Amino acid sequence: MSRRTFGLIVLASAVLAPVRAAEPTREELLVAESLPAARGGRLVIALRSEPKTLNPVIATDSASRDVIGLLKGTLIRINRETQKTEPALARSWAVSADGRHYTLALRRGVRFSDGHPFDADDVVFSWQVYLDEKNHSPQRDLLLVGGKPIAVRKLDPYTVAFDLEEPYAAGERLFDGLAILPRHVLQKAVQDGKLAEAWSLVTAPAELVGLGPFRLKSYAPGERVVLERNPNYWKADRKGTRLPYVDELTFLLVPSEDAQVIRFQSGDTDLASRLSAENFQVLAAGEKAGRYRLQDLGPGLEYSFLFFNLGDLTGKGLDAGARRQTWFKDVAFRRAVSAALDREAMARLAFGGRAAPLGSHVTPGNKLWAKASLAAKPRSLDRARQLLKDAGYSWKSDGALADASGQAVDFTLMTNASNAARVKMASIAEDDLRELGIKVRVVTLETRAVLDQVLQTRDYDACILGFGSGDADPNVEMNIWLSSGPSHLWNPAQAAPSTPWEAAIDRLMRRQLITVRYEERRRLYDEVQQIVADNLPMIPLLAPSILVGAKQGLLNFRPAILDHYVLWNAEELGWSAKP
Amino acid sequence: MTGTARVAALFLVAVHVIVVLAGFLAPYDPATQNRRLPFAPPARLHFVDEQGGFHSRPFVYALVDAPDRALGYQEEKSRAFPVRLFVEGAPYRVAGVFTARTHLFGVDEPGRLFLLGSDGLGRDQLSRLLHGGQISLFAGLLAAALSLGLGSALGMLAGFHGRWVDAVIMRLAELFMALPWLYLLLAVRAFLPLHMPPAQTFLLLVSVIGVVDWARPARLARGIALSVRERDFVRAARSFGAGSLYLIRRHIAPETASVVLTQAALLVPQYVLAEVTLSFFGLGVAEPAASWGNMLGALQQYHVLVSYWWMWIPGVVLVPVFMAYHALADGLRARA
Repeated sequence: MSRRTFGLIVLASAVLAPVRAAEPTREELLVAESLPAARGGRLVIALRSEPKTLNPVIATDSASRDVIGLLKGTLIRINRETQKTEPALARSWAVSADGRHYTLALRRGVRFSDGHPFDADDVVFSWQVYLDEKNHSPQRDLLLVGGKPIAVRKLDPYTVAFDLEEPYAAGERLFDGLAILPRHVLQKAVQDGKLAEAWSLVTAPAELVGLGPFRLKSYAPGERVVLERNPNYWKADRKGTRLPYVDELTFLLVPSEDAQVIRFQSGDTDLASRLSAENFQVLAAGEKAGRYRLQDLGPGLEYSFLFFNLGDLTGKGLDAGARRQTWFKDVAFRRAVSAALDREAMARLAFGGRAAPLGSHVTPGNKLWAKASLAAKPRSLDRARQLLKDAGYSWKSDGALADASGQAVDFTLMTNASNAARVKMASIAEDDLRELGIKVRVVTLETRAVLDQVLQTRDYDACILGFGSGDADPNVEMNIWLSSGPSHLWNPAQAAPSTPWEAAIDRLMRRQLITVRYEERRRLYDEVQQIVADNLPMIPLLAPSILVGAKQGLLNFRPAILDHYVLWNAEELGWSAKP
Repeated sequence: MTGTARVAALFLVAVHVIVVLAGFLAPYDPATQNRRLPFAPPARLHFVDEQGGFHSRPFVYALVDAPDRALGYQEEKSRAFPVRLFVEGAPYRVAGVFTARTHLFGVDEPGRLFLLGSDGLGRDQLSRLLHGGQISLFAGLLAAALSLGLGSALGMLAGFHGRWVDAVIMRLAELFMALPWLYLLLAVRAFLPLHMPPAQTFLLLVSVIGVVDWARPARLARGIALSVRERDFVRAARSFGAGSLYLIRRHIAPETASVVLTQAALLVPQYVLAEVTLSFFGLGVAEPAASWGNMLGALQQYHVLVSYWWMWIPGVVLVPVFMAYHALADGLRARA
């Protein structure tokens, strides 16, 4: 192409631009309430492990999801700060009174990162891809409601409707996890059944087309993933500056947390996330120099707990274990153990004070669902002794606790050796319960072996583990609370609930799943929390704080306790105008 | 024996005697937690008080949180706790038989005397070091005794008997030498029932360490047995009608003794290290019992590594112990 014709094309598009803007497909930008930052600059953040794929349909590991999170656009997103849903590619949405029909109005004039326009066909296409069993998408299970897939209909190029078999509580939250795929790029690959190959780590960056704030620029395995600003991104700030502010965002591969701390300390990275309390302390010493600021966001959604083996051990050749289970299955015993544990000391010694003692499995960080009346009670040996005495236990002359038949109470407490905080909590529990006359043996095993004991062999007494969840909604905990659930750790995958209270939880959890109104769901889930707190299948211990940091001068840094803590609003992150 | 080897031997005897007397020499029970004093630095012994008065008996101050917690602790100087000898404290077992309460030194309650600081749960490092030494050092001795006993017996049998016995035992030895022992130990640990007294778990681990490694001493013993059995005095004894057992006991075993002893001096530190390695990964001696390995395990955390130097002490102690064992091995080899 000669220089002259090139000039003509530039001229022509300049003339045409105002005409196109007047058409109905005028670009409807989302206006973000961010502080205006300077355009340009770059952001660097550490990534703990290598992404396994950049394909949003099949990604499961956290490193892949961290990167994909910046490449993808969704119809609705969960605001990590408020923990509520807000419009994204869908301008607005309406839910029918029976909770089974969603109608979404799409933003007009939006273009993919390669300039191709986005419309309802892309939504319908994406839906088919996620639901197609051939693609093995982890999101597929979420889209089955009442055993049937959620159906999608295109009403017009900018309106889509979703039909559910039965009502599904907080259904709009599902959209946050579903990246909209470019039909014009992937249709052929999907027809040939080659989706996984079409988008992999070796795909040319130009072919990875998305609707996110960034697009892939280059990927050097074992070293870095470089993203560049998507010039077609559909958000702007109040001044009309198109987001994102920064030109480039680099993920540096730094395999250990300690190495990440050092990189952040030396200024190689601009953001630090998932810091441990100790490393936070190490960094705090350097905060006064003013190069970075740290933030303790308070308890996150992750929580640690102690649980006893309440499964049925008959016929497994574990008679000695079954004998000890008579204590564990006694709710008074579990309550006494809970009362005897010093959660304050655990928070101080295992988490440097940066953790919240728990009285319920819903952490105070979960704004919409935490139940204030279930706050942690301080340690009380007297209450523990009273509970045991009332349940028929007594103390021998040497102080050892004995059950009604005179057998001394002792059990093994297992946890994974690689988690220093859990090992410390186990040591503290051992010491706490010794005061109660219970002899506890702490056994630390490799993580795989711990899970194997809990889920398969079931040859254990008690265990300390933790759960973290991706969203602040009870629906993500269905597999924990349903007695048939695989993560119902104390007695997994039961054919029928073995206790009346487990049956009650099953009923309430299933009810809340098909209840539309938040207030009604809240009442049901409060009841679940109360039953759990009364029966203590999991004795809640602590919720560690989410600890993050950012370089000085970074604007709109609004970290949140939902994943991704610091990059969830990456499009709004930018440097202040001053150098 | 050379002078160095003699010094090394004396040093080792002293170290082992000290850890045997751990209960008496350690001021506290190794499992007692002081939850207000995690990572307390080693106590500063004072001789001069606030008023400038000199005391011949050293004393310590209690530690309280510094106003800015990031700075750690500061001394609370209103009350001094003089160090006393032969104080009554936590009970301990002597030789596993009777219980005693007298400790060599200590301070009055509520004072604390952490001569080597405290760990993350406020447990006295010195007490843990001494009690941990019992486990770590005797794990090495026990495992070495096991592997040498088994190894030299099988090796002598192979060397003396020759033919198919030799072939079978030596092929088996090669098989054992090819086993990746760390993974084997991990597998054994995962395979053991969880609800087992810690002492039993420990003995089992030690026997596994020892039994797995019989092959090397067996090869050495075999080599010696092979050469000795062809010597004239052995042939003479045989011609007088001496039986195999007599020959092994009377002529072969004494010849292998010096090699086996040298080997022992090399193997003991190796097995001490095996215990330390396993416990370092949290798979050896279980909390709250102390061993040098699980004490060093705390150093896996970066902040401990950089912030609290006294957590390194078990590692620092291992160095002279290993050096002494190697010097001893050198001396024994020179003599042989």
